[in-house]
Amino acid sequence: MKKHYREELGNLRETVLRMGGLVEQMTHRAVQALAERKIGLLAEVRAMETQVNQLHIDIDEICLELIALRQPTAADLRFITAAMKINTDMERIGDQAINITESAEYLLTVPPVKPLIDIPRMAEIAKEMLRDALDAFVHRNDELAYETIKKDDLVDQLKDQVFRELLTYMMADPETIHRSLGLILVSRHLERVADHATNICEDVIFMVKGKDIRHQEPLP
Amino acid sequence: MTTENALQVKDLCAWFGENQVLKNITMDIRRNSVTSVMGPSGCGKSTFIRCLNRMHDLTPGFRVAGDVIFDGRNIYAEKIDPVLLRRKVGMVFQQPNPFPRMSVFENVAVGLRFNGKKRSRAEIAEVVEKSLRMAALWDELKEHLDRPGTSLSGGQQQRLCIARALAVEPEVLLMDEPCSALDPVSTAKIEDLIEDLSAKYTIVVVTHNMQQAGRISDFVAFFLLGDLIEMDTAARMFTNPADKRTEEYITGRFG
Repeated sequence: MKKHYREELGNLRETVLRMGGLVEQMTHRAVQALAERKIGLLAEVRAMETQVNQLHIDIDEICLELIALRQPTAADLRFITAAMKINTDMERIGDQAINITESAEYLLTVPPVKPLIDIPRMAEIAKEMLRDALDAFVHRNDELAYETIKKDDLVDQLKDQVFRELLTYMMADPETIHRSLGLILVSRHLERVADHATNICEDVIFMVKGKDIRHQEPLP
Repeated sequence: MTTENALQVKDLCAWFGENQVLKNITMDIRRNSVTSVMGPSGCGKSTFIRCLNRMHDLTPGFRVAGDVIFDGRNIYAEKIDPVLLRRKVGMVFQQPNPFPRMSVFENVAVGLRFNGKKRSRAEIAEVVEKSLRMAALWDELKEHLDRPGTSLSGGQQQRLCIARALAVEPEVLLMDEPCSALDPVSTAKIEDLIEDLSAKYTIVVVTHNMQQAGRISDFVAFFLLGDLIEMDTAARMFTNPADKRTEEYITGRFG
């Protein structure tokens, strides 16, 4: 029954996943370029952004047409509105990857302040959160979404840790201020990636349960 | 005749007596697509699709002007045989109308028996099966082909009428509100069927149901008081129509 409509919903799901895969890859490559000092990888990030921008437009168009032409209700309606909101979050993640790329473009022209440890870790967790958030979306898995949200604290802690550590470098040697600020910004961008993944999880929970958990007390 | 369009309508006008019900309608109907015709009651949409296979020929006082080009010829030209035309341009009506006192099998086979060509029993059985399959009815009825067509549910009867229309291998299927007498489950089946059939056939549907037009159509034409106001892709018509009157109609501000 309603096979064609189901196919269109499946197509939307796949397009969201494709875009999610791209922004995850953008984040990965940008941080990899920085950590491994491979400036060539940054061009890849920029190339992926072009695709992401197109998918951003495509997904909104698919959703708009589904709403206009198929009159979705209940779970389908929540799925489509979730896809629209997730779309915005994914596009913002792509933007954060570009911000990291811009910082990296400077940082790779100067000697490193220190070996990077926490920033790649932050990137790892943020990417994992994004992956799990999209997995939760695809499989309508609210438990996974809840679990993923909890990891956001870890990313926040790492960001504070990066900040404190770099502060000591800056105080010890003002020469490092510009470079340290670059790294602090990168950690800030990664923290934002995790925030967007958290938003996606909240949308998934609403999609599955019909329950809005935004702007509430932190999870136990 | 371009291969892209199954039908080309040019300056079509129609009158019932003194009353002009269609005014200079010009539109191309894309091959292997679903085109919906919508508009408020009395806008001429049913008259319009009936003009596409000359269903009005015997209506007293009916007059038509303009061209409907099908297979490279105007269907209103003198040499056109309306019976042959209707085989190529079939019609499904609002009320399912299987032939009474005929079995499911006979209802589908009857068109073949009337269209001249001699066929063996096996050939006919093959066409009946194929048509019922295309109408998504075979699995439900293959054990019951001898049942009277009128004993089926409304939704099954309508699919039987679609199978009957498909049996004579038309190019175009005209449907005049094919779901308005059906419940939502049967409606969903017919809608899915329409989307399936559009891979092979050109389908023109009259519908009062805008949501249905949205669901099934590639193209939508909006009629008002005998004028074609606007025709575009369904996506465009339901997200950003060009004409204010279309916008007002689809958003429920009038009609």
